[in-house]
Amino acid sequence: MRLVLLLAAALLLGGAADKRSGYDDATQAVRAMQDDDSANPGMLWVEQGRTLWNQAVAGKSCATCHGVPEAMLGVAARYPRFAGRPITLPEQVNQCRTERQGAPALKEEGDEMLALTALIGLQSRGLPVAVDASSPAAQAALEQGHAIFDRRIGQLDLSCAQCHDRLAGQRLGGSRIPQGHPNGYPEYRLEWQGMGSLNRRLRGCMTGVRAEPFPPGSPELGALEFDLGWRANGLQVETPAVRP
Amino acid sequence: MARVLLNVPKTAKPGETVEVKLLISHPMESGQRKDESGQMVPRNIIHAFRCTYNGAEVLRLELHPAIAANPYLAFSFRAEKSGTVEMNWVDDEGVAGSASAALAVE
Repeated sequence: MRLVLLLAAALLLGGAADKRSGYDDATQAVRAMQDDDSANPGMLWVEQGRTLWNQAVAGKSCATCHGVPEAMLGVAARYPRFAGRPITLPEQVNQCRTERQGAPALKEEGDEMLALTALIGLQSRGLPVAVDASSPAAQAALEQGHAIFDRRIGQLDLSCAQCHDRLAGQRLGGSRIPQGHPNGYPEYRLEWQGMGSLNRRLRGCMTGVRAEPFPPGSPELGALEFDLGWRANGLQVETPAVRP
Repeated sequence: MARVLLNVPKTAKPGETVEVKLLISHPMESGQRKDESGQMVPRNIIHAFRCTYNGAEVLRLELHPAIAANPYLAFSFRAEKSGTVEMNWVDDEGVAGSASAALAVE
């Protein structure tokens, strides 16, 4: 009886337990850097984010409507969010700025956007990713994203799924192939010597297989980010993560 | 982005070893890279660093290339009485940075 219960529990947990964050595949040194907030360089952007949060542009700041940054508890875990189309967190910040604050949009790869999204992401650290794709329209976007994930692209003729689903956990050169979950963005990459968004990471992946990257703001990119977020459901948010 | 993140305990017991952790936002340009037009990017690293406690030198560093961007420094010293930890550094462009924190020894 006990065995049956254990088996049932294992089956129930199976989905989430099989998921591995990039953290689990990183070296101990990289993990230590992420674990200690005074050693994690991503915290430099978080601190900048705190300043920007309270900085008024056109008479309003983020704090005017949202109050303290801590009020954003759990928000980042739900992004990309579906509202007619998948909306990523940087897109949401810009929508807020242009429509409600009356401020100019920020560049997605600029330090200011990375700082604000890192601050908002930090408020969800430790919470499970919870991307909602329950509506039929969201399901359609998810399917589109998944088709892109499965489609072979570029001169190397590789799909995301070939490495990050089927070969995850095995080695490519000296490093372990991660499952490719976006649960720590924006994140500090040692390779970049700086902070970057998921968008930048995907651009790196696509040029890596010698394909033309999707332009920022394109429906394909939105659908792919949505599918990746949904795929990571249940993993802990790690923003600002540190990765090699 | 924020200039520095400094982490020093607020209090310590007399004679206790205190750990100082400092993260500085700096590109640490090695001087061995080329820009888009093929020109060498001039070296710009933090090359001198000094830490004092109540005016007495605790640590002095001479830094060289091959240190990653946004350097992280961690070191410790023994605190006998209350005072201020002060840190100063300068990069190749002559830009100076500083950080300080008060420490109560009781």
